[in-house]
Amino acid sequence: MSMTILTVDDSRTMRDMLKVALMDAGYRVIQAVDGVHGLEVLEQETPHVIITDINMPKLDGFGFIESVRRNQRYLGIPILVLTTESSPEKKNLARRAGATGWIVKPFDSAKLVDVVRRVAA
Amino acid sequence: MKEANTVADAPREFIAFRIGVQEFCIDIMSVREIRGWTPATALPHAPPYVRGVINLRGSVLPIVDLAERLGFPPTDASARQVIIVVQVGAQIVGLLVDAVSDILTLTTETIQPTPEVASAFVRSFVRGMLAIDGRMIGVIELDSIMSTETEAAA
Amino acid sequence: MDTMAAIRETFFQECEEQLGELEVGLNAMEEGVADSETVNAVFRAVHSIKGGAGAFKLDRLVRFAHTFETTLDLIRSDQLATSPAVMRTMLRSADLLADLVKSARSGDAVEEARVEAQIAELKALTENVKEAPAETGAGEAEGLDFQPVLLALDDLGASESQTARYAIKLIPAPDLYRKGNETVRLLRELSRMGEFRVECDARHVPTLDALDPEGAYLAWRVQLTTAEDEASIHELFEFVVDDCELEIVVDRAGPIAAPEASAPVELAPPTPVAVANDVVAPADVAPADVAPAEAPVATAAGEAERAKAEPGKPEATATAATIRVDLERVDRLINLVGELVINQAMLSQRVLEAGLARSSSVAAGLGALEQLTREIQEGVMAIRAQPVKPLFQRMSRIVRELTDATGKIVRLRTEGEATEVDRTVIERLADPLTHMIRNAVDHGVERPEVREAAGKPAQGEVKLSAAHRSGRIVIEVSDDGAGIDRERVREIAIKKELIAPDAQLSESEIDNLLFMPGFSTAQTVSSISGRGVGMDVVKRSIQALGGRITISSRPGKGSTFSMSLPLTLAVLDGMVVKVADQTLVVPLTAIVETLRPKRGEVHALGVNARVISDRGGFAPLIDVGQELGYRRDAADPVGSVVLVVETEVSTRCALVVDAIHDQRQVVIKSLEANYRQVPGIAAATILGDGRVALILDIDTFVARTNRSAQEPLLAATG
Repeated sequence: MSMTILTVDDSRTMRDMLKVALMDAGYRVIQAVDGVHGLEVLEQETPHVIITDINMPKLDGFGFIESVRRNQRYLGIPILVLTTESSPEKKNLARRAGATGWIVKPFDSAKLVDVVRRVAA
Repeated sequence: MKEANTVADAPREFIAFRIGVQEFCIDIMSVREIRGWTPATALPHAPPYVRGVINLRGSVLPIVDLAERLGFPPTDASARQVIIVVQVGAQIVGLLVDAVSDILTLTTETIQPTPEVASAFVRSFVRGMLAIDGRMIGVIELDSIMSTETEAAA
Repeated sequence: MDTMAAIRETFFQECEEQLGELEVGLNAMEEGVADSETVNAVFRAVHSIKGGAGAFKLDRLVRFAHTFETTLDLIRSDQLATSPAVMRTMLRSADLLADLVKSARSGDAVEEARVEAQIAELKALTENVKEAPAETGAGEAEGLDFQPVLLALDDLGASESQTARYAIKLIPAPDLYRKGNETVRLLRELSRMGEFRVECDARHVPTLDALDPEGAYLAWRVQLTTAEDEASIHELFEFVVDDCELEIVVDRAGPIAAPEASAPVELAPPTPVAVANDVVAPADVAPADVAPAEAPVATAAGEAERAKAEPGKPEATATAATIRVDLERVDRLINLVGELVINQAMLSQRVLEAGLARSSSVAAGLGALEQLTREIQEGVMAIRAQPVKPLFQRMSRIVRELTDATGKIVRLRTEGEATEVDRTVIERLADPLTHMIRNAVDHGVERPEVREAAGKPAQGEVKLSAAHRSGRIVIEVSDDGAGIDRERVREIAIKKELIAPDAQLSESEIDNLLFMPGFSTAQTVSSISGRGVGMDVVKRSIQALGGRITISSRPGKGSTFSMSLPLTLAVLDGMVVKVADQTLVVPLTAIVETLRPKRGEVHALGVNARVISDRGGFAPLIDVGQELGYRRDAADPVGSVVLVVETEVSTRCALVVDAIHDQRQVVIKSLEANYRQVPGIAAATILGDGRVALILDIDTFVARTNRSAQEPLLAATG
């Protein structure tokens, strides 16, 4: 049975690209368009890994990650942050919010899958 | 008789029909349907062999009097006649003929070249001849049926 | 379709949406009515475009978007104020971004000099701000950032090709697990890097009763011999470095004892590997099972607010559920509904012919069917209907460019942006609208000095509005400029022999002279308005859409162009007429009036021509039946019906037909699909009796009659 990955990103282009890369690697993908939607989707289904963007309307990546970490249900789910912003401050923010790892856009499909495999133990 | 071993030799089906006393046929692959005659709405400034247009389930379909197109005297259109709806390139066209005879299954090798006695004009449409059971049937290729370059001499 | 190509297409579609958001947001910011959410949205729009562009390696776009985004970031973090000068730069940058997107999509050229200039302009803004974020730019390889290494590298000879030995100490804190990281995984990663030995120090594991299942009590010591450099080891721990005690030391403690076969670290109770010191018996709790603690995260009240959905916040647009549909499917659906309408009409006709009384239940059922069909048609047309907003926003940009180029100060005001029109109409409105806007700025609005001298504000205003009115859409372009100089228009018209020198024309008639072909008020072709494209081209475009356009003007106050257009191009309002034994449809918009001429009103002119008195002048009579070849001789206009029509050249003609059947909306069917274009005929439709009727194309029809009738017209036979 393949693992499920939740991708949260307000860009349809990004969602499509992630979906293609992850499905090609055999994962099942569920999607959300922003932080609020992401929390809604989580209520329906618990994925094995979450990949989220930072800059999103309604609830950004940091807020989303913090919310997820606050919830017992989603203990220890690896959350990967996928974004173009790569400044140390942003990385620290992500870490402190509770992110597991960080991937920089534009991503290489193989690299993405590799990181996912590593955290999806 | 050679073995049919190429696609070109694979048997094809043709619909044979009558125009006046002559018989012709066309490849069934281009035929969409066969309808009874309906009066057509005239098109101004159209070539004489284009009788007009009819409504085919919401599409506007030109009707070609095949007799006139081939250079014969124009047909006296009436309810006895038949319209063969064919696909020519990207367009759908209706061919007005007198009656449909039957469906023939042949391989291309049975088609003989059109005799020189036929005019160049006729030969631009009738690309071959069949001799079957004593009948002489002209094989029509439709590609230039609507082309304005091929017009009968006045 | 290739997946990547499909996603690329999606990307460009998204870019269009983002660019729209960008324009709206920047305009709001310029007007000072933007809130922080708007500014964020503006930032995100550029950020999004940059992200996608990076994925498709559109380097030029990425580079510019990045600079733009950096500047916007400063604005959104309040480090850069939105002065008018700054906003001008932002808007210009948005325009360039749009052009770069277009260039990436369809290869249109964008001058390098322009891009460089805009980047310089943006950088000039950011230089002044002290704290520009240390962006490392897009395309950075993953995770090369690492914590500074406090290691003396000298005797290591630590070049990548040599192996080195490291002693790594790792004591995870509870947070490490909470964030989804696992010691097991980290250790496994380490083990992949080379020869690996791990031992677990479980000294601090308390007795069961004191054990907090969410705590972390284990310490790990790893000895790793690897060819990878130290940076790579740090990289591995990059994300947990805050949540654990980590020590990576180059191990100089003599040769290592023969290592055990590198054991894959198991989840189960950690097995202490040999060479150990004090290793306590494994605790019952395997570290990987430690449940993440209920996080004592600093939840400031503000963050809790952020986490919740924000219902109290007024949304600019209600997020209605939408779906994306292939345009082809919509078009097909619209065609099918067109069929439905025709079939329903045919059915009604047959019922009438069959003599069923109107009061019968069948007729009643048909009435309900007709009503239902109409509603379905309206509903389906609405699917393809789009708001004119994006079109109006394009105009906004054009005004900006013109303001820069002409030295006039003009502001565009829009109204009714949400008014919806069929997609096909919108697409064909762009050009005429552009011309009119250009005209308004170029010719309508005066230069600032002139305006001020006239007591007007230096800034001119062009207003663009759209509204639905009696089943059509009315679009107006008005300016508060000098209005039409009627004297000059008259002079030019006389000089170009468009009117007689002594012609008496009302003010409105003079205004409408602008629409005559060959008329151009600019003595020199203005480079702004293009190739001297006159209003006649605009009028023809509007008429081709089935619309009408008029102009009104007040000297010193301004001019207004008013266009009325059909809501869709799939149907047409037509007058169904009888000509000889044929039924024809004449587009209603072309018909100015209908007459039944009397004897004295018809005059002969030359051998064959006839004219009819028309508003003080004469209009040529055209016998439709004869022109189309339906009959040999022209019918007598007296006793026939005459339709006075107005053509593109604004001249009037009188068409002679036999009778008028009725006036109705007809579904347009293409003649070209299966046949070809017929001169004088626009398209076809299917009447209630199932027969095809031709729709007259007034302009080409009348144009043909002006040619000498040498061609034999063919008589139609059944």
